[in-house]
Amino acid sequence: MFPTLSVMIWLPVLGAAIVATIPRKRSEIALPVGLGFAALVLALAGNVVWTFVSGDADFQFVEQATIYAPWGITYHLGVDGISLLLVALTAFLMPIGILASASVTERHKEYMAAMLMLEAGLLGVFLSLDLVLFFVFFEVMLVPMYFIIGIWGGERRVYAALKFFLYTAIGSAFLLAGIIFLGAMASDQLGTPSFDYTVLLALDIPPSTQRWLFVGFAIAFAIKIPLFPFHTWLPDAHVEAPTVGSVMLAGVLLKLGTYGLIRFNLPLFPQASVDFAGVMVALAVIGIIYGALVAIVQPDIKRLVAYSSVSHLGFIVLGTFALSAQGLSGGVIQMVNHGLTTGALFLLVGMIYDRRHTRQISDYGGIARVMPIFAGLFLFTAFASAGLPGLNGFVGEFLVLLGSYARHPAATITAAFGVLLAAIYLLWAYERVFTGPNDKPENQGLKDLNAREIGIMVPLVAMIIFLGVYPKPALDRIGPSVGAVVERVENAAVLPTEWEAATR
Amino acid sequence: MTEFIWIVIALPLLGAVVLHFLGSRLGEPRAGLVGFGMVGAAFVIAAIAAVPFFQGESHGEQVFLFDWIEGLGAAASLLWDPLSAVMTLVITGIGALIHLYSIGYMHGDPGFSRFFTYLNLFIASMLILVLGDNFGLLFVGWELVGLCSYLLISFWNEKPSAAAAGKKAFIVNRIGDVGFLIALMLIFTTFGTLAFDVVLSHEAWDVNGIELGVGLVTAITLLLLVGGTGKSAQLPLYMWLPDAMEGPTPVSALIHAATMVTAGVYMIARTAVLFELAPVSSAIVASVGAVTALFAASIALKQRDIKRVLAYSTISQLGYMFLAVGVGAYVAGIFHLFTHAFFKALLFLGSGAVIHAMADEQDIGRMGGLRKAMPVTHMTQVVGWLAIIGIFPFAGFWSKDEILAVTFGKGGGYYVLWAIGLLTALLTAVYMTRWIALTFWGEKRYADDLHPHEAPGTMVLPLIVLAGFSVGVGFWNTPFLPSMEHFLEPAFEGVEQAHLPEGLVPWVLAAVSVGVAVVGAFYAYRRYRGAGAVELAPIGKGSWSLVEEAYRVDDLAGRFIVSPGRAVSNFMAFVVDRDVIDGAVNGLATAVRTAGERLRPLQSGFVRQYGLGLVAGTVGLLVWFASRGLG
Repeated sequence: MFPTLSVMIWLPVLGAAIVATIPRKRSEIALPVGLGFAALVLALAGNVVWTFVSGDADFQFVEQATIYAPWGITYHLGVDGISLLLVALTAFLMPIGILASASVTERHKEYMAAMLMLEAGLLGVFLSLDLVLFFVFFEVMLVPMYFIIGIWGGERRVYAALKFFLYTAIGSAFLLAGIIFLGAMASDQLGTPSFDYTVLLALDIPPSTQRWLFVGFAIAFAIKIPLFPFHTWLPDAHVEAPTVGSVMLAGVLLKLGTYGLIRFNLPLFPQASVDFAGVMVALAVIGIIYGALVAIVQPDIKRLVAYSSVSHLGFIVLGTFALSAQGLSGGVIQMVNHGLTTGALFLLVGMIYDRRHTRQISDYGGIARVMPIFAGLFLFTAFASAGLPGLNGFVGEFLVLLGSYARHPAATITAAFGVLLAAIYLLWAYERVFTGPNDKPENQGLKDLNAREIGIMVPLVAMIIFLGVYPKPALDRIGPSVGAVVERVENAAVLPTEWEAATR
Repeated sequence: MTEFIWIVIALPLLGAVVLHFLGSRLGEPRAGLVGFGMVGAAFVIAAIAAVPFFQGESHGEQVFLFDWIEGLGAAASLLWDPLSAVMTLVITGIGALIHLYSIGYMHGDPGFSRFFTYLNLFIASMLILVLGDNFGLLFVGWELVGLCSYLLISFWNEKPSAAAAGKKAFIVNRIGDVGFLIALMLIFTTFGTLAFDVVLSHEAWDVNGIELGVGLVTAITLLLLVGGTGKSAQLPLYMWLPDAMEGPTPVSALIHAATMVTAGVYMIARTAVLFELAPVSSAIVASVGAVTALFAASIALKQRDIKRVLAYSTISQLGYMFLAVGVGAYVAGIFHLFTHAFFKALLFLGSGAVIHAMADEQDIGRMGGLRKAMPVTHMTQVVGWLAIIGIFPFAGFWSKDEILAVTFGKGGGYYVLWAIGLLTALLTAVYMTRWIALTFWGEKRYADDLHPHEAPGTMVLPLIVLAGFSVGVGFWNTPFLPSMEHFLEPAFEGVEQAHLPEGLVPWVLAAVSVGVAVVGAFYAYRRYRGAGAVELAPIGKGSWSLVEEAYRVDDLAGRFIVSPGRAVSNFMAFVVDRDVIDGAVNGLATAVRTAGERLRPLQSGFVRQYGLGLVAGTVGLLVWFASRGLG
């Protein structure tokens, strides 16, 4: 069988190597070469999505090999309904991000190599079914991201990059300790150490141990998401990152956290997941409201979008710890939705920044007149982000809210107000940037989007509408895997009595 | 035929797409004609598809299109029954007329084709709202009409007030939508689906063993009401509608009078099965309606903007509709929705013609005597005026008096609501007579360099058609021949409806309310017909200033909701987030660095060295665990 998943991971690595060998005076071809590799990966990802069997909860396209038998480290790849769309999202956003890299004017080669390594790392994280392998990719991916922010970023890029790196590295330390502990536990219980996810699922972990491990994993993932109060690295990273860095950061990197919670915390530590559901949901809902409140008054449009991510990711965590089929399905599809809409918003913010070199909302006003296409696309994306029905964001939020109420009524009602706040921060920002008289001389000569920029947005707009109107193919692929997680948790854990009463 | 009912939605949607991409190339008036054609065709198809209901041959059908969110029971599935048919005919019928009118009204506007794009999108969205066969699709339409309302209110968004009004409308509506969303959470948790055929059917409850406690149904219906107060501009979420008049006048006629704002009434009528089980909720609906009707009518008494009078009037009339569905007179509520759609659209379009003729003047204090310059418009407005104040046999007489009579018939506390309704009828006669007298009658008060003229044909024709309907449609449901009641019967199967009281009571009540209207009209006629300089007094001075400024509710909301909200946001952003949380993070980093400086030999400050330490440490751990595992 053709090792599709391996090719998807290693093709960008090969691409990065080739880009690196391009002679310096020919460095302008780095971009098309990189784009070519990203396009190949996208084609492979498309094929995986297309041939993926919808009704199946198990891992598909599985590849397995031993890396180091004495420690039980394996090269185990596979894709299921939970990771499938995130893989597709990564492959989808990468060529768009590369096309949007016009603002990168120096060190093209290094930049493209970093992008391709980032793609390899991200795909590796989503496809790994061995925890050591997962961890390696989880860490490796930090390095290109560190450089993307630190080299091609804004004025305070070094501070932001270091903050991003150290913050996530601290989380990683907890994660690694947890992974090693699990491997040792496998050795105790099964006679041989193993880091293979499918093997570790069979472990019998006492509830008290589950709690420790849950916390270790959850800290790493909470920083990545980021869950309140671990979120302050995010606005700095976003503001300093170049456009493409923000797109990949918001689009995919944040999802590593929520993905990790669904992939590892729920199935491996079901009892702890139930026990900590209240805490996680509380943090999620605080994040939803808090992120939105803070977003409202941000004077910097990029910071505003960054805080909106804190709010939106809260919905995903809420759906996750609803531990219901609807909530989890909503959480998974919302990861994709947030990647598309927030990715699109960052692209748009980048386009205006390229023209005016300011992100201050107060520097704009009335620019819809001179940039009608840009204004239309921004408003469209803003409404998608605010969860307008018919567009993608609504599908996920609706599933999360309706699926979470039964078990977390108070939290879910509170979360519903996030939908109101989203309308406030987005429409108010739109009002100040785009409407009213265009009375600042610097803004009167602004040029509307060119063909390349429109071309970048078209696929995103198409996906935003498609997933909003016809999410069935996506939900059908997510459903069985998510159902299996819910079933596993419900079978393996003692549920609080009020939960039993709430779900008939 | 019914299985093709989706075409009714598809046509205006297609129109919106075509106009969005090709509209500016089509130009005037073709872009408008495309928009008009799509809606007109939708009306014809809907009318043909509604024939079986008129013949009493069909009770309604579900039309499944495709799956949407299967896990929530929210499919793209339509319900074509008498109730959705009435709504569809109103939306597409009046919609088509207003499209036609807009070709003249928007003439010369640089956003001509964009206007028709939004208008077509609105028609499609509104049809999704009324045709959706589950709460999910209803909510889709519910939000999309909100979007279109936003786009059209802020259509001239270089004007800051228009941009702000659009945003306000959307946000105030979203407050209601939070209530709606919570209602949907409860519904889904209770019924396991959002599909109407399960949620709204006694038989389905029995089959699925669903037990509905009164507390639960009351909570669900009250939350639905919260949604309804937003969309239908009832207390306390009405504040957005007067500002919505910033939009072009055809928008006010179509969206903010005839169709979108009635969505709350439609939604309550659609969910009558639930409201019936929650008498407390129903009573609150009726009370909200009655109080809103009176409250808004009192503000309308002293407004000077030709459209704001009508905006408050719409809020007031919607209050009547809420009163109707609150007392269980669902047909009467829909009937008033139906007649009001015609005469209020007529009045708005007439205002549009006046504004057009007066070079964008909107202050009725500076009008007067327009009947000479605009005789046709004037005649149609007289019809609209008689219809809204409820003079026999104009449409408003039949529908409003039915609501009042049924309310009276409920007895007890409902006498109070009836009295409020009657008082509102008096005020309606006063403010509408003032409106028409100041605009059309008496002597002219506008500058001599203004030369008002009759509107062009595309604008006058819809006025005449609507005037004709404002007389005629009332006869669809009279006490002698309650045809609409029969027509709607299948949609309210199994719902106990409130009816007119027995005997002569309705006739006496009708005589009383017509009498009240005549008195009010006569008073206002005397007071305002010859109004001269008195009316030109500046707004906000004198004893009526509180009413003129709409009780300064916006000001209060700004002071007690918006400003504190912004203060909270600022506190969160710049104290809690920046200083406390991020401050702690940076403080920790500084502390570590300070400690590090003491241990300088170990610390080089290079990331790669920290990284090396991290790797070395973890490898050590790894080795330790692994060796322990192997041993």
